[in-house]
Amino acid sequence: MSIMVKVEEKLYQNRYIVDESRPHIQIKSVEACQSCEKQACTVCCPAACYSKNETGGVTLVTDGCLECGTCRVVCQDKGNIAWDYPRGGYGISYKFG
Amino acid sequence: MVEKFDAIVIGAGPSGNAATYTLAKQGLKVLQLERGEYPGAKNVQGGIMYAHELEKIIPDFRDDCPTERHIIEQRVWLLGDDSYVGTNYRSESFNSDKPNRYTIIRANIDKWWGEQIRKVGGLQICETTVTELIRDPSGKVIGVRTDREGGDIHADVVIMADGVNALLAKRAGLQGEAAPENVALAVKEILFIDPELIQQRFGIKEDEGVVIEIMGKVTKGMVGTAFLYTNKESLTIGIGCLISDFKNGDCPPYRMLEDLKKHPVIKPLIEGAEMKEYAAHMIPEGGYKAVPQLYGDGWMVVGDAAHFNNAAHREGSNLAMASGRMAAETVIELKAAGKGYSASNLAAYKKKLDDSFIMKDLKKYRELPGIMHGNKQFFGAYPDEITSAVHNWFTVDSVDKKTKEKQIMKSFIKRRSVMGLVGDAIKLVRAVR
Repeated sequence: MSIMVKVEEKLYQNRYIVDESRPHIQIKSVEACQSCEKQACTVCCPAACYSKNETGGVTLVTDGCLECGTCRVVCQDKGNIAWDYPRGGYGISYKFG
Repeated sequence: MVEKFDAIVIGAGPSGNAATYTLAKQGLKVLQLERGEYPGAKNVQGGIMYAHELEKIIPDFRDDCPTERHIIEQRVWLLGDDSYVGTNYRSESFNSDKPNRYTIIRANIDKWWGEQIRKVGGLQICETTVTELIRDPSGKVIGVRTDREGGDIHADVVIMADGVNALLAKRAGLQGEAAPENVALAVKEILFIDPELIQQRFGIKEDEGVVIEIMGKVTKGMVGTAFLYTNKESLTIGIGCLISDFKNGDCPPYRMLEDLKKHPVIKPLIEGAEMKEYAAHMIPEGGYKAVPQLYGDGWMVVGDAAHFNNAAHREGSNLAMASGRMAAETVIELKAAGKGYSASNLAAYKKKLDDSFIMKDLKKYRELPGIMHGNKQFFGAYPDEITSAVHNWFTVDSVDKKTKEKQIMKSFIKRRSVMGLVGDAIKLVRAVR
């Protein structure tokens, strides 16, 4: 049993305070993703922020980020993710947590 | 002129709150910094709080702490494809004046903690991200740099309660990055529903709660567990697995959660509920061997940032609160004795931890994470075999019981071999003894 899931519908319920044009996570080298066999970030990210793109690399959109840190942990052997917290007050703002 | 405090606490989670409150109550000048827009905005917890540690810090917390339901029944379920086999423990004695466990909504509790901290004179500032530790030429931590303009703040001691990501300690080289097999990723949803339906479906009265801890095929053989908790007007459902398993697999966490929600024995319990939030959080699962350096010149680390989580017993926030309190008490005692916060003096914090249930429990289970990590059968083959065996046993079909016993044993042995079964049993006993 495996169900197609639209993660966007889940994220839509969350409250975010978006820091326009200041993404708190960045891919350091596009080429490193293209040569990454597994691209595990595209599977592991619970907000589907990472997706495989047509150039064979990975596209990152941080708008839905839940700030869990998983991508940083899975990419530590490649070290290709610059991971920071958003500025104070920005990012996910859990109503319930 | 840079403002100076006795202590700075970074983070408004259970450990930071416990530390800040304890320090403020003893009259120390303490500043707590939180990056969220309000306390709790960045915090995620499955949602069970144990009373005992909170009671030590705030004895009358029950007067106004916004808990959800006190837990009167604990279920442990193994899920098959369309079944579960499990245990329930329910006791009327859990309906006491001072219940031991509650379901909670983290953000509500953290806002309440904020009020308690202000009441005893602690200063809590939100919307402020600490970017680095400030050190003097000798390397001693003397304060923090924040992302506010002119945001340097000095203190005699800094307590890092910044959670599982522990970016500050990592950036400062005080601990390494967590290994993927030492952290789990959990995703969860909060589902709002008529309280009457909760009470009917779980067979409980108003204020009474049930928790269900779930293992089995729904984690697709990955090392992980799921949970379903009853809140006042909502249910919390979640699932988490080791990040090393997610990394090697091909199932995204949100799909696993959706499969859990659609499972034939779970679906009827949550039917008709409305999802109001989707959260994700890492959980430190490496235990004793993953605990980093806990103190140094001018600094201590507490809670999840120190990897204090007892995965075997699903205890985390109580270890967080206890470690926050112990860090604060160390500061208070050193100040009273007129001593400074050098590494050798702060070693008293480690001594307190070693003498407490925190390190004793982590030490007891120190082999467990390694055994679970390398032995997936505990999360795939066994739940599967056990649910099949029970199904066979309870299906009345004119097969004699001796043959049924043989069928069940044969199936286990086929799956895992006699030596495998015996070996697993020995490993498990050694790991939890």
